[in-house]
Amino acid sequence: MQEVTATSRHYVDRLFHPDPQKVLQGVIDMKNAVIGNNKQKANLIVLGAVPRLLYLLQQGLSSSELRTECVVVLGSLAMGTENNIKSLVDCHIIPALLQGLVCPDLVFIEACLRCLRTVFISPVTPVQLLYTDPTVIPHLMSLLSRSPRTQDYITQIFSHCCKSPEHQTVLFNHGAIQNIAPMLISLSYKVRMQALKCFSVLAYENTQVSMTLVNVLVDGDLLSQVFVRMLQRNLPIEMQLTAAKCLTYMCRAGAIRTDDRCIVLKTLPCLVRMCSKERLLEERVEGAETLAYLMEPDVELQRIASVTDHLVAMLADYFKYPSSVSAITDIKRLDHDLKHAHELRQAAFKLYASLGSNDEDIRKKITETENMMDRIVSGLSESSIKVRLAAVRCLHSLSRSVQQLRTSFHDHAVWKPLMKLLQNAPDEVLVMASSTLCNLLLEFSPSKEPILESGVVELLCSLTQSDSPALRVNGIWALMNMAFQADQKVKGEIVRALGTEQLFRLLSDPDTNVLMKTLGLLRNLLSTRPHIDQIMSSHGKQIMQAVTLILEGEHSIEVKEQTLCILANIADGNTAKELIMTNDDILQKIKYYMGHSNAKLQLAATFCISNLIWNEEGSCQERQDKLRELGFVDILHKLTQALDPNLCERAKTAMQHYLA
Amino acid sequence: FESLDKLAVTGTHNPLTLHLKNLDYLLLGDPAFNYQEAELNERLKRLYPAVNEDETPLPRSWSPKDKYSYIGLSQNNLRVHYKGHGKNHKDAASVRATHPIPAACGIYYFEVKIVSKGLDFLSSLLPLSPIPGWDKHSYGYHGDDGHSFCSSGTGQPYGPTFTTGDVIGCCVNLINNTCFYTKNGISLGVAFTDLPPNLYPTVGLQTPGEIVDANFGQQPFVFDIEDYMSEWRAKIHGMIARFPIGERLGEWQAVLQNMVSTYLVHHGYCATATAFARATETLIQEDQTSIKNRQRIQKLVLAGRVGEAIEATQQLYPGLLEHNPNLLFMLKCRQFVEMVNGTDSEVRCFSIRSPKSQDSYPGSPSLSPRHGATNPNLHSAGADSPTCSNGVTPPNKNKSHNKYPGVSSASSSSSSSPSSVNYSESNSTDSTKSQPHSGTSNQEETSDSEMEIEAEHYTNGVAENPSARIMNGTYKHQEILQAQDISLEDSCASRQLCGGNQAATERMIQFGRELQGLNEQLCREYGKNVTHKKMLQDAFSLLAYSDPWNCPVGQQLDPMQRENICSALNSAILESQNLPKQPPLMLALGQATECVQLMARVRSGSCSFARVDNFLH
Repeated sequence: MQEVTATSRHYVDRLFHPDPQKVLQGVIDMKNAVIGNNKQKANLIVLGAVPRLLYLLQQGLSSSELRTECVVVLGSLAMGTENNIKSLVDCHIIPALLQGLVCPDLVFIEACLRCLRTVFISPVTPVQLLYTDPTVIPHLMSLLSRSPRTQDYITQIFSHCCKSPEHQTVLFNHGAIQNIAPMLISLSYKVRMQALKCFSVLAYENTQVSMTLVNVLVDGDLLSQVFVRMLQRNLPIEMQLTAAKCLTYMCRAGAIRTDDRCIVLKTLPCLVRMCSKERLLEERVEGAETLAYLMEPDVELQRIASVTDHLVAMLADYFKYPSSVSAITDIKRLDHDLKHAHELRQAAFKLYASLGSNDEDIRKKITETENMMDRIVSGLSESSIKVRLAAVRCLHSLSRSVQQLRTSFHDHAVWKPLMKLLQNAPDEVLVMASSTLCNLLLEFSPSKEPILESGVVELLCSLTQSDSPALRVNGIWALMNMAFQADQKVKGEIVRALGTEQLFRLLSDPDTNVLMKTLGLLRNLLSTRPHIDQIMSSHGKQIMQAVTLILEGEHSIEVKEQTLCILANIADGNTAKELIMTNDDILQKIKYYMGHSNAKLQLAATFCISNLIWNEEGSCQERQDKLRELGFVDILHKLTQALDPNLCERAKTAMQHYLA
Repeated sequence: FESLDKLAVTGTHNPLTLHLKNLDYLLLGDPAFNYQEAELNERLKRLYPAVNEDETPLPRSWSPKDKYSYIGLSQNNLRVHYKGHGKNHKDAASVRATHPIPAACGIYYFEVKIVSKGLDFLSSLLPLSPIPGWDKHSYGYHGDDGHSFCSSGTGQPYGPTFTTGDVIGCCVNLINNTCFYTKNGISLGVAFTDLPPNLYPTVGLQTPGEIVDANFGQQPFVFDIEDYMSEWRAKIHGMIARFPIGERLGEWQAVLQNMVSTYLVHHGYCATATAFARATETLIQEDQTSIKNRQRIQKLVLAGRVGEAIEATQQLYPGLLEHNPNLLFMLKCRQFVEMVNGTDSEVRCFSIRSPKSQDSYPGSPSLSPRHGATNPNLHSAGADSPTCSNGVTPPNKNKSHNKYPGVSSASSSSSSSPSSVNYSESNSTDSTKSQPHSGTSNQEETSDSEMEIEAEHYTNGVAENPSARIMNGTYKHQEILQAQDISLEDSCASRQLCGGNQAATERMIQFGRELQGLNEQLCREYGKNVTHKKMLQDAFSLLAYSDPWNCPVGQQLDPMQRENICSALNSAILESQNLPKQPPLMLALGQATECVQLMARVRSGSCSFARVDNFLH
């Protein structure tokens, strides 16, 4: 070991020789010594070779040959371990190399770019370093035309350093598209491939880039046509897959229609092929994820994909890793399989989720796939968070089916792992899981009963206190579903667990969805007379206050309608009625909404009045008189002439009660 | 299906005759139809280049013979309509295409458009059965339930249902014997595996009013079948390229070197062969003089100086021609033709003109690198064509091509004595030197004709080449002729019988009589020979026209015609020296070609993507 260090020291010492010729020879010898020798690389770094090399590199007196050799050695050091890269970055190699790019010597520039490429593609390098100096990106753009090598390295750097919408915008604003597009027809496969990768990174979830891309011409062809040509089956898989990604991103950004031939007949089939057993595991993962993303919003694409090349059955194979064969026969293969098993499963779940998000027939097909429900159930409790998330997404997608809720969901008791998943999971999992739970709590779902018994109320109530609006919505939504046509006990439990304070806090939630679902919950709680009277007797005052506030506030028609419906429910109670009848303010508001320009609000308000004058037992006369005094009869009379048939009908019924 | 036979027979009669009438009329009268037909032929040729339609015709329409009586055909037998009652399965009816799918297709595809509601089934199947997929050896995809049926009446869930407006395609992969269907250009995935051979495209219908249109290539397909084929072509080419040679790497290289070397020797590229042998440290079987002799004789033949070639052969290889009377006769016939042409020395010596007028080989490379289907010789192991294009080192081709203009435009030197045999060896030139278009006379160098190969062109790694350029490879016989101004209009203007010389013409006529005599002698000795008779007739016919170059038999005067006789003579010489009469390279090529054709006959579909000309560049 010491010997090695000694020779390494010798290499470093030679860098300090006064004779430049000797230094050059020293650097060249060092270059030959480090190639492929990680230990040597580490030694040289420890012994401080990097600052000296950087000094020589930046030293104006150094010959261009020496400078180039220095960069080559640095590039070689960067090829080693991640620690090497860290040391190099700590020595400020990046600004030094970027500075070197202004030199006119192409060989030197290429060496700098190669080294920068190696440094930047490492995950340990902060990508921000590329953007610190605003002159760097334009300069790199100008170097793109210098040689195929500069094109190769620079596009690689861009692809790896474009990690956020801001980065995309910076590159876009400096003309990345115009500069890189011609490279798509370069003679060099490498350059074509790197350019393509760069476009896939630039276009990802970026409308501006995607919209620009569709109009770009390369040698007279539209860019989308160039991409389609790259989907040809005889080309390398990497190229097909990346081109399909570009087209997918452009499609998702709205730059290409989902019914365009290049999507339906080219991109989608290509991505389905990427999922086939013949492809490498990595390719299958990427293919499935991209396909899931492509068709997520479009039911027609989902239908096409569901019949393409037996995709649904093909995906079942994703769950067969590590295969039983590999475990016994081949350790290396087992290792490989294990490494990709999670990725494969989560990709398959994602794709199933996307496939089944709209079409009932597809959902049926998915649940009928071999052991599908079992796989989801076990996926929900996997150690990998990615798999759990994907599995719950898949479950959520399938839970939109009434049929499945009634059958397979119940048969496989999916609610059990789902409930388990809801205990201290990260937010993104919680959102999906609670959303799924909402569907499982629908009135017709046979899983509703066991879920109720498992003490879900507390959990849902805690969700309503979350900082995430999505979680609050799901929590309150689930409670709303739960309260629908529930018995007194459940309702009481909900009110008790949630607490009136929280309920009213939710009624002033900034998120309209939360507000709507809270009102929905109130409405469901306030159904059937005994329940109405009971809840109003204990919480009447607060509820009336909240209702008043909402009706006075700046809210959407839907919110107001829902609120008026709550009043209508209250008016349906026996004792609860009085809370309205004694509240002139509320009565005025009802009157106001009966004369509102929106028919929905008129209808809801009329409903409320109709309930108040309902002629069933003795006390109605008194109410009727009071309402007549307040001028409701005139309004009702007017409404019998309303254009809206529902409204008209409702008003007429109310009038009949008066007459009775 | 007891009534099957009857149905098939009754169905045959009327529609068949009607159809023929119809077809005749259309062929004669309807240019649109002809155009469509041409387009179909072109598309089929492109899709299935390996199919020999003389042996295995491709399906082009539904067969009016092989159909049920409930089936009606129209629109050139492409449209099918149902005319039964369609009450139950017994009323189902089907029709199949005129021919089964040839294995040499590799991948076969056809589409059917549902013009009017409710096509029930679609398939490829062996015998004629009422519903594709219900009978033994038949396979179908049914539109009403989306099920696939395979040799039985019970279906398997397969794909979506289909109805009016849908285009359903069926692709039979004859490489792995599977089949998949497509709907509106989308592949539905494999439907069947382990398919038997000789399947027919078929459709079946069962509901009154059903109409479907077939597309066997008449129209572009909705599904991109060519893309699918390209994947399989790449797969098979990859398989060939990665064919494992394992431990035999060294052996492999030796074989390749031997192939190249023997090829060069065979055609007499002496200097190149020597240089190659030196570079690869291999031995040449034949000795230098022998190679040079053969080369000399070949050059004479290719220059049209057949008389001298015969003389040289008799002198160098006594007894050879005596033992090969057929060859001698062929040579003499050729000599007669060359006399007409004015090229043979026997008539040239009469010529007062410079020999420049006598060659009509303008700008054409003597041994044109011809490949593939254009050259029938290449594809038969039996015939050797002296193609000089070296399939082994492809980059060369351009090089040698480029050089022709340079050489032919190098203007003439002194018109040396045509009778000098030495002449043929005297002026081969390094093309880099001869390239200048100046009018200076070319260098008289005593070297062989040579092939120019640059070191980096050894793509196959056979040879580590010495830094110096190895010369040539293309047998440039026009170097012999470069003494002449080979300009087209010149030779055209002055093209006259025997060079226009009276004495020469007389000599030719006399020679013709001798040739006639030789034929009679051969007849007496060996019996009548039809080929000889024909050859003689053709040759003599030239005299019947005022302009023999532009007459029905004028083809004979084309210098290209010298190539066959040249290689026959070369082979005979080699054989007489106990050397192979064909270079192993040509044998291998011929064998590979035969092999691929054999694959088609034994129904190995991959033959369509393993064509020899795909590998010759």
